[in-house]
Amino acid sequence: MPELLEVRDLHTQFFTRDGIVRAVDGVSFTLAAGETLGIVGESGCGKSVTALSLMRLIPQPPGKITQGEILFDGRDVLKMDDDEVRGIRGNAIAMIFQDPMTSLNPVLTISRQVSEALELHLKMDRNESRKRTIELLELVGIPSAKSRLDDYPHQFSGGMRQRVMIAMALSCNPKLILADEPTTALDVTIQAQILDLLKNLAREFRTAFILITHDLGVVAGMTQRIHVMYGGHIVEKADTNELFANPKHPYTWGLLRSIPRLDQTRREKLRPIEGLPPDLIAPPPGCRFAPRCQYKRDICDEKPPELVAVPNAKADHESRCWGTQTGGWLTTTDWRTDTTVFTKVEA
Amino acid sequence: MALDVGTDHTSTATAGSGRNLLQVKGLKMHFPLTQGIIFQRQVGAVRAVDGVDFFVEKGETLGLVGESGCGKSTTGRAILQLYKPTAGEVLFDGVDLVKLGGEQMRKMRRRMQMIFQDPYASLNPRMTVGNIIGEPLEVHSLAKGKAKTERVQELLRVVGLNPYFTNRYPHEFSGGQRQRIGIARALAVEPDFIVADEPISALDVSIQAQVINLLEELQSKFKLTFLFIAHDLSVVRHISDRVAVMYLGKVVELADRAAIFERPLHPYSQALLSAVPIPDPAIETKRKRIILTGDVPSPVNPPSGCRFHTRCWKAQAVCSVTDPDFIEHEPRHWAACHFPG
Repeated sequence: MPELLEVRDLHTQFFTRDGIVRAVDGVSFTLAAGETLGIVGESGCGKSVTALSLMRLIPQPPGKITQGEILFDGRDVLKMDDDEVRGIRGNAIAMIFQDPMTSLNPVLTISRQVSEALELHLKMDRNESRKRTIELLELVGIPSAKSRLDDYPHQFSGGMRQRVMIAMALSCNPKLILADEPTTALDVTIQAQILDLLKNLAREFRTAFILITHDLGVVAGMTQRIHVMYGGHIVEKADTNELFANPKHPYTWGLLRSIPRLDQTRREKLRPIEGLPPDLIAPPPGCRFAPRCQYKRDICDEKPPELVAVPNAKADHESRCWGTQTGGWLTTTDWRTDTTVFTKVEA
Repeated sequence: MALDVGTDHTSTATAGSGRNLLQVKGLKMHFPLTQGIIFQRQVGAVRAVDGVDFFVEKGETLGLVGESGCGKSTTGRAILQLYKPTAGEVLFDGVDLVKLGGEQMRKMRRRMQMIFQDPYASLNPRMTVGNIIGEPLEVHSLAKGKAKTERVQELLRVVGLNPYFTNRYPHEFSGGQRQRIGIARALAVEPDFIVADEPISALDVSIQAQVINLLEELQSKFKLTFLFIAHDLSVVRHISDRVAVMYLGKVVELADRAAIFERPLHPYSQALLSAVPIPDPAIETKRKRIILTGDVPSPVNPPSGCRFHTRCWKAQAVCSVTDPDFIEHEPRHWAACHFPG
């Protein structure tokens, strides 16, 4: 299957008074048409900047995509001129933002905002776009959509606003939807509604999804593959079942260990990842996770590891860790019980 | 219109055992809605908390959960008398805080403290860490001069910060470190009872665990009693001994942790639990979710009868007429529902 999206060695940097922030530092991945991908990481790991880079929405200055290629449908988004990018944005690639309170324009009616893309990209006239807007709002489950067309965003609740955002994203039948923390600002019962909606829509329209979140629970039920990001790098790639069953990066172990789970009673104590995420102006010279890693050896502080296939795992499982690659010292770690087997990793 | 000052709250409920540190009876907190510029007249009230009964035993953690707008934070603040409750009693060690005068209340405050949600907004940016943590010591005349400095340093050490940070300002710290400063401030007066209002929801996942562990350590070290307000049920399951679930100004279910997570009686608790994603695809793909329709109704004009009946899949005619009593269905397991289970 030809890839819908191919990102090669993406670097996005922010030039600030304190120095250059290497927010995304060499990220590569691919996405097939209709595939769902989760990007997981904590704040500041570069996951949102990756998404904004795909849409060329990085504020410039201070930001700049300094290196890399973003091939969407075979064409490099970074080499397009502004008009071409505008032709893709909101059309073939749509985005759902985190905060439905601030990402809608408060002084325009809902119908105005949803139909803008329809008129711009699909060249519909007022009547057509209004009709289509009603269909879209009904599709995302807004009750009595017709009578709410001329309402303003403040007349909608948070969950309803996020539905409006989803209707806007779907308006031009995009091939790819980037959802950046789409449910973080919502309550848990509303989150369940929105995730349910997104899942059904993705199935129905075969839209490819990139779901960006810090919540491992959300990606577990929603995506086929997961990339874990840390300090501007992808540190682990695997399909969703594999990642949860057989995680291979100490940061992923740390994340899984540190969250309490709804379906488990209290273990003695949570095991947090000690320390703080790296400063991306002056990242550690070796592995970026090394300063917080309990399994590190000298090499981890000296040389940055590459993202390579994990030996004895599923084919597309990759990890950026000296310890778990061939020749490393971490064969298996049961992250649940914290029993680590320190033996040489054979290919 | 006068606020209906409820005298007959559901009194079936929640006496608890004799070890109660805190007992809340029929607590109501209504915020008036007014109209007019010069002559303001009251046109209604936001019934943020509308008749809440529960107790907290010495040394335990009671988790108070619910969605935004359900009144959980208002309950916490009304207990500490940061708001003057509209009605009800707040018995702390047998003393009704609502009836206390200013000076008596000020003395009581030494025994109860609060940890706030937002570590960025709850520390004064113009005060040094030493002044922030030292202020309660001065207010309650607990320590002065050198003794105060030493106590501040000790507190910083207790919460896992470098004791020589006293001259730094809040902006020099990360979110997790700031939350530790907030915790040190709460501990300064050696309180018995702490209301922690969403203390970790502004923090990153890996930092959340650090703060949860710190709170647990401090609890066993200083014999603290916590009212832990949160919307994250996984965290509440981890940290609480008992859990109270709130919906639209009322506690709808109250039980021991195991009971509420394994056999929730109220449909709202069931829906809330089923909505929480579990980080395990094997479980997640098999789970049946209860998806509630619609949004939480307005607390200005709550639905008649059971407040949850507009979104409840079990609702029958009686639910829209009669407000169900808060009944002990099993030992130490209360729920307000006509069709529990």
